Amino acid sequence: MTSLTQAPETPAARQTPARRRRRVDRLPYLLLLPSLAIIGGLLLWPLGQVVAMSFFRLDNVRQLRGDREWPWVGLGNYAEILGDPFFLTVLRNTVLFAVANVVLTMILGTLVGLLLNRLGRRMATFVASCVMLAWATPALTGTIVWKWLFDDTSGLVTWLFNALPDGLSNALFGRADWTGYGWFNSPLMFFAILTLVVVWHSFPFIAVSVLAGLRSVPSDLHEAARVDGAGPWKVFWKITFPLLRPVFGILVVLSTIWDFKVFTQQFVLAGGTQDRPTFMLSIYSYAEAFSPPPKYGLGAAIAVILTLILLVVTGLYVRMVLKQEEAS
Amino acid sequence: MKRGVVVKRGVMAKRVALNGAGLLVALFAAFPVYWMIATSLKPNREIFSATPRPVPTAPTLEHYREILTGNLIPGVTFLDFFLNSVLVAVSTVVLSGLVALLAATAVARFRFRLRTSFLIMLLVVQMIPLEALVIPLFLMIQRLGLYNALPSLILTYLGFSLPFAVWMLRGFVAAVPKELEEAAAIDGASRAQTFRRILFPLVAPGLVATSIFSFITAWNELIFALTFVNDQDRYTLPVAMTFFFGRDDTAWGPVMAASTLFTLPVIVFFLLVQRRMVSGLVAGAVKG
Repeated sequence: MTSLTQAPETPAARQTPARRRRRVDRLPYLLLLPSLAIIGGLLLWPLGQVVAMSFFRLDNVRQLRGDREWPWVGLGNYAEILGDPFFLTVLRNTVLFAVANVVLTMILGTLVGLLLNRLGRRMATFVASCVMLAWATPALTGTIVWKWLFDDTSGLVTWLFNALPDGLSNALFGRADWTGYGWFNSPLMFFAILTLVVVWHSFPFIAVSVLAGLRSVPSDLHEAARVDGAGPWKVFWKITFPLLRPVFGILVVLSTIWDFKVFTQQFVLAGGTQDRPTFMLSIYSYAEAFSPPPKYGLGAAIAVILTLILLVVTGLYVRMVLKQEEAS
Repeated sequence: MKRGVVVKRGVMAKRVALNGAGLLVALFAAFPVYWMIATSLKPNREIFSATPRPVPTAPTLEHYREILTGNLIPGVTFLDFFLNSVLVAVSTVVLSGLVALLAATAVARFRFRLRTSFLIMLLVVQMIPLEALVIPLFLMIQRLGLYNALPSLILTYLGFSLPFAVWMLRGFVAAVPKELEEAAAIDGASRAQTFRRILFPLVAPGLVATSIFSFITAWNELIFALTFVNDQDRYTLPVAMTFFFGRDDTAWGPVMAASTLFTLPVIVFFLLVQRRMVSGLVAGAVKG
């Protein structure tokens, strides 16, 4: 009766089944109460609030404090965003960036996972440890270091390009002197470097997950296929991939969710929220809401659009995980 | 025999290629971290020299001395920001660990009607894009009168870290054999005693692992800290760092020293728990 568990075979349980059941029934809900309050108040309620805010014109922090009226504009904020050609630029940036990053992260991560599986024990431990370093590094400082590597006077990348033979450099890029070259000036270069930073941060998770997946499938299948003369390409697509399909499914969905809402890396690389041509949805929402003049309602509407896009992807993810849980 | 030699040579070539690829991957992954630390130890003339040296030839701690003793902002040193961050992260860890343990016990030890719904909700809320919550949480913080105060961040990070903490802890609680609790109960221990004396000590390692994740979440967070706190002496470390190096000619030495001090605790903690990270995120995707 004092046990935390339901154990019908203990003598205490047999003695007073009715009383025991009542107590056990209430306790789990009591234990859940603080969590429910926090998740409800700090995640679910704000999620509803952001939708509500998107229907109002909110241009002043006093409105947020409740000192001023909230003028209702209905779908006005959405009309304003969707009618602005700039939104299309932002949406295109977001989608292209997410697709490029998911594809590159998955390819690199999978290759590294396969590689780790083939390496000798010591080498594998060494490479895996290095890979962990990239994973463990906070988004903030990882990005700062990449920014330093691409510094236009003393950065290592600038030096490497300067070290190329002038003729080759001229033929390839049309310039020999890279000192003072603004690596972040064109949106395309900015996105290329941002992709490098984000892929560097996220491929380790894919690699380690793929490795964990590979370790869990019997290796005799691979060996049998190899003995039968199948090349690595064929072995991967005919054996490894089908076996690990659920893992790949979840990894793709998780990466998609993460890469759709990249913020810190972009904020640090761009040095704030001034670089409008490289905006993606999350930084666009933030800049509209908090850069003066503040437009909280408009920012909220952009946040809702981002959330709706991710909702579709999330639906896929939850369905996959539930299927896994059922299967195991 | 000749054929044997050819095959052997092929195997050798393959091994060399594999190991070479491994070294390249290791270099790509670890180099930025190495370069951060190396730069932080170089004197300025070496940092800004025309030919970069791969290793600091005259290692110096001058940049560390500069950020630890100098004032980044009049009257405020690196240490103040560091302590702000520690305060926020540790408070988050303690609160989130406590609350998560209760919920994890409920989920792992009881079968009740809303159990599955709760588990699904945990999964779903982890997918909420936190970036979309800056604006409504800013509203909430304004209303609660917490704007410009560190508790605004503790509260926010508590919400962010809790779902994953519960998800992870429930496995640890479930791993404690029920028989132990039942035996304690038969011996006449009260429910609270069973929890404190039996379950808690056995779940403690899991609690440590979970705490580390909450710590990293709170320690690394930038956007909310940037938005909810205005006074410079209340900045957390990430916010201070974005201000610190935002200028045109950046003092890379001190910036790399600050980055190193910010990063090292995370790396140490992370390496302690990374295994669980994979199993937590890919929850059951691979059957053992």
